[in-house]
Amino acid sequence: MTLQLTVSPDFTPDHIAGWYVFNTWLQRHLGTRIHLELYDDFTSQRQAIAADKVDLIYANPYDAAMLVREKGFSAIAAPINQPDEAVIAVAAGSAFHMVEDLQPGLRIVNTSDPDVNLIGMIMLEPADLNKDNTKTQQVNSYVLVAKNLLTGKADVGFFLKDAFDALSAVILRQLKVLVSSQISVVRHTLLIGPRCGAMKETLRSLLLSMAQPGSDGKGVLESLGLEGWEDQDQEATEFMIDLMDTLTE
Amino acid sequence: MTDMDPAHLVSDRYREYSLRHFDGKSRRVLVVDHEVPFPDGKLIVSRTDSQGIITHANQAFIDMSGYTRDELIGEPHYILRHPDMPAAAFKDLWDTLGRGEKWHGYVKNLRKDGAYYWVYATAIPNIRENQVVGYTSVRRKPSRTRINACIELYARMRAEEASHDAATHSQP
Repeated sequence: MTLQLTVSPDFTPDHIAGWYVFNTWLQRHLGTRIHLELYDDFTSQRQAIAADKVDLIYANPYDAAMLVREKGFSAIAAPINQPDEAVIAVAAGSAFHMVEDLQPGLRIVNTSDPDVNLIGMIMLEPADLNKDNTKTQQVNSYVLVAKNLLTGKADVGFFLKDAFDALSAVILRQLKVLVSSQISVVRHTLLIGPRCGAMKETLRSLLLSMAQPGSDGKGVLESLGLEGWEDQDQEATEFMIDLMDTLTE
Repeated sequence: MTDMDPAHLVSDRYREYSLRHFDGKSRRVLVVDHEVPFPDGKLIVSRTDSQGIITHANQAFIDMSGYTRDELIGEPHYILRHPDMPAAAFKDLWDTLGRGEKWHGYVKNLRKDGAYYWVYATAIPNIRENQVVGYTSVRRKPSRTRINACIELYARMRAEEASHDAATHSQP
């Protein structure tokens, strides 16, 4: 049997090659054939999940609820020190200095990243803003979010904090952060599907050993931009899902 | 749960109340008219067991409540109850959770130092293997417009509750 591995489409483009390296490394250590499928967007990935074409997934926290509670996936591990945090930014010269300055009719630019968009909208609530009194334009990358702010096509942009921090110094100088989330417990997790339950503990041990001294997994982690993996048990995942549930309508 | 201590208060100008809770316990609370703003970008997260006893508190909860983690864990969630909150709001909370549904509401919470903070709270039952094993509550920054509306609404509700209590107690 060939296992199907996929990655939440919000991974940074710099790490595409890293996921192929990870896939090769996993196959060698597990002695199992694994096919890595990278979907262009969340919709096509969710269709694949619905059609049971996914066995292993580095999942966005927004999708974790559906994967765990509807499709029977289990949590294995989560990246160390890699929480999903969101940033709301404006052009540096903007008249807006804090969220409470923002007004109905606000033009938002974002990507399709569901947890960033959820957290972003929550951070607009103190200004009485919601999807009904704002206008949202969706673009394909965080660089395009920044570009729309710099060209005045949008008033505020939603960024994944890691993606915001990775923007070039030239772009960052032209942007101003209004608010940055500090939630800490919302993060991507590696989930395994019910067809592969037998290899769950083997895979967990393998992932947790990647950052150990002398491991050949250290270079793989570097190519993924991760410090390492830490244990993510089912209850920790259920807790995160409950928390995400409180944030959705 | 112990009564509030004047030595912990942020000011020596305070009001004193006795709150009676659903489990029959009473507590003396001390209230100072000082609001602590909700921190931008943060969420206050707590979990309780099925009896409403706190089992988890994140750092934002600790920072905003003024209690240590050890002081919170094992205490009923009503340790935060502010006397300006109408009892009906909490009845609605528990009735809603009892139906297995999500509850939202604006809540004025009381800190250990007698000051207060407003939140927009969401609570859900934690269901594991079809059993409610506890509740998760997440609080986020509310808008000032909504807070102002709730100040008026809750004052009216408390006045109605007080007049109802007075009528009940005056009956022979």
